[in-house]
Amino acid sequence: MTRKDLLGLYDLSAGEIETILALGLRFKAALKRGEKEHTALKGRSVVLLFYENSTRTRTSFELAAKFLGAQVVNISVATSSVQKGETLVDTGKTLDAMKNDFIVIRHAMGGAPKLLAETVKAHVINGGDGMHEHPTQALLDMLTLKEHFGQIAGLKIAVLGDIRHSRVAKSNLYGLTKLGAEVRMFGPRTLLPEGLEREGAIVCSSREEAVEGADAVMGLRIQLERQKAGNFPSLGEYQRYYGIDENVLHAAKKGALVLHPGPVNRGVELTSGVIDGAQSRIDDQVLSGLAVRMAVLSLLGGEERA
Amino acid sequence: MIFKNAQVVVKDKLVRTDITVENGRIIRLGTADGEDAVDCTGLTIFPGLIDMHVHLREPGAERKEDILSGCRAAVRGGFTQVCCMPNTDPVADNKVVVSYIRQRAEEVGLCKVHPIGAITKGQRGEELAAIGGMKAAGAVALSEDGKSVLSSKLMANAMRYASDFGLKCLCHCEDPSLSDGGCVHEGYNATIAGLKGIPRAAEDVMIARELVLSESLGLPVHICHVSTFSGVQLIREAKARGVKVTAETCPHYFTLTDDAIRSFDPNTKVNPPLREERDRLAILEGLKDGTLDCIVTDHAPHHEDDKRVEYDRAAFGISGLETSFALSYTQLVRGGVLTLPQLAEKMSGNPARILGLSGGELKEGAPADLTVADLNKKWKVDPKDFVSKGKNTPFAGREVYGKVVYTVVDGSVKYSLARGDRA
Repeated sequence: MTRKDLLGLYDLSAGEIETILALGLRFKAALKRGEKEHTALKGRSVVLLFYENSTRTRTSFELAAKFLGAQVVNISVATSSVQKGETLVDTGKTLDAMKNDFIVIRHAMGGAPKLLAETVKAHVINGGDGMHEHPTQALLDMLTLKEHFGQIAGLKIAVLGDIRHSRVAKSNLYGLTKLGAEVRMFGPRTLLPEGLEREGAIVCSSREEAVEGADAVMGLRIQLERQKAGNFPSLGEYQRYYGIDENVLHAAKKGALVLHPGPVNRGVELTSGVIDGAQSRIDDQVLSGLAVRMAVLSLLGGEERA
Repeated sequence: MIFKNAQVVVKDKLVRTDITVENGRIIRLGTADGEDAVDCTGLTIFPGLIDMHVHLREPGAERKEDILSGCRAAVRGGFTQVCCMPNTDPVADNKVVVSYIRQRAEEVGLCKVHPIGAITKGQRGEELAAIGGMKAAGAVALSEDGKSVLSSKLMANAMRYASDFGLKCLCHCEDPSLSDGGCVHEGYNATIAGLKGIPRAAEDVMIARELVLSESLGLPVHICHVSTFSGVQLIREAKARGVKVTAETCPHYFTLTDDAIRSFDPNTKVNPPLREERDRLAILEGLKDGTLDCIVTDHAPHHEDDKRVEYDRAAFGISGLETSFALSYTQLVRGGVLTLPQLAEKMSGNPARILGLSGGELKEGAPADLTVADLNKKWKVDPKDFVSKGKNTPFAGREVYGKVVYTVVDGSVKYSLARGDRA
């Protein structure tokens, strides 16, 4: 890849996504063989700059960088100079002055990674920005699907839940449609934003319509504060009308996969039966995440080797 | 002084006449000769432009702008009179701050500066500000600037009490429970950018309330910076049934749409937000059919530090004084929406009438406030050239027509393109 940064899937071509997924599949196979020592990023440094809490994404990036041979620094924003009022631009300049090669940023505000990328020489990878994008999450979802089905084109994917606030849903929409999948979306009207159709989504009017004949069903995490903000009456009602249980899953294709970006609110977005059932790929998604982040780091600034 | 050979906007006509100025007044429209003649061949003379919605930031936020830099920007933009909003620190909610602004503007001595007083003390929306005292000190209108007075009862009382002093309320219309911390127009572009949206309804709900109050009280109201197609429609319908409403919009609402926010450039962040093409076209239609009476800048200068941050965190506002005339001329007159005399009405005549200011028309005996422009001059907006401290514009790099050549206030040249603004 010739680009400096990975800020989102909106701007990526189908070819670039295929390149990342192909390398990701090779890394995933290597991980399954227990191979954790690679040299693509030997002598490079990766900074993890997380303005929002994260366990899975941060750990995944950290391991991915380490398995590629990089030095990794974790910045916990809670104890850093950011708390003393330093701006993102100044933080970026400081990290750049230390000759860091990569900065992985997670931030509560859409567009923050772009501002950072415009400021620094380092490669910037968006680890999730506000309601904007979470490209590596969508790439790991796509990797999971590609590994199982062989190709993305022609798949029908149902995405259910809080679409409005979900950067995961948006990145998946762009990536999946670019590779030829059909993306159906459904959630409470209060949590469905305008304009998804313009990006190729099929916005459904019921959970059943979205799931009917789907190859995979993706639940999205619902933040509990959305209820307080007046978007739905209670978690019980959310589960009853918008959650995914065995009955809902029945409408999908036989053997359809269940995906969730995690962490899951058990009994809200998905029932425990679905989470722990045979169709769930939630744990496999985590391994895909590690592999796809290795692929992204390698392609942006290292040597392509798996 | 005689301004010779220009094309002059006189009422609703373009006439070729000389203008003779003496002791700060226009004494003659008609052929004249004399020693101190300024050759204006190829130029157009407008009644001095009036911007009834600016922020000069002094006192309190002089880092962003002060009365001197703001007035320099005003005359560079062709404005002979500006009305400044009360969201200073301290708030202009009393005669002391109002007097200070007037006094400082007189020392600066560039354009006429008319303070607008706050409707409520501290813009807190709880108690009426010292309206009578501010009027005595020179306030020309009242506004809560940047927010609505949430209590409908207090707003009704403000309209009533203000009318005792011949003042109008200029209403920023926003229901904060609907705008709810949003930073861009709610729609497709907000969805894709992942930025929190402000729906049209946040503006429309409050426009509707102000219209209802105005109609039920029989008192005038002025709606600030209309940005929505639905707001234009509400005002059009109210005017048709006789509500005493006037309204303004800004160049950015008829020039840009929220497509511009996709760059995440914080200079596109403004409140109300840039809307959609449908809104932009309705604003043009509203200007054309008279629903929208004036063009204002909502000049909101900011320091670079307030803009070079995450989009959510950036300050709202556009530095508009130095681009307003050219954008308006380019979009509206060259775009075939308004004639030159109609543009002069939107940028001078109507603001003068709405606020009861002198000026707004070129006629014998009137103050010699003139804006002289070269309409054929094409130029490119470059914020580095701004004399305003606020370089925050979404128009950087845009090619526009119409350059202000002289700004004349009470007969004295306060800005000359050739000499810069220190006339």
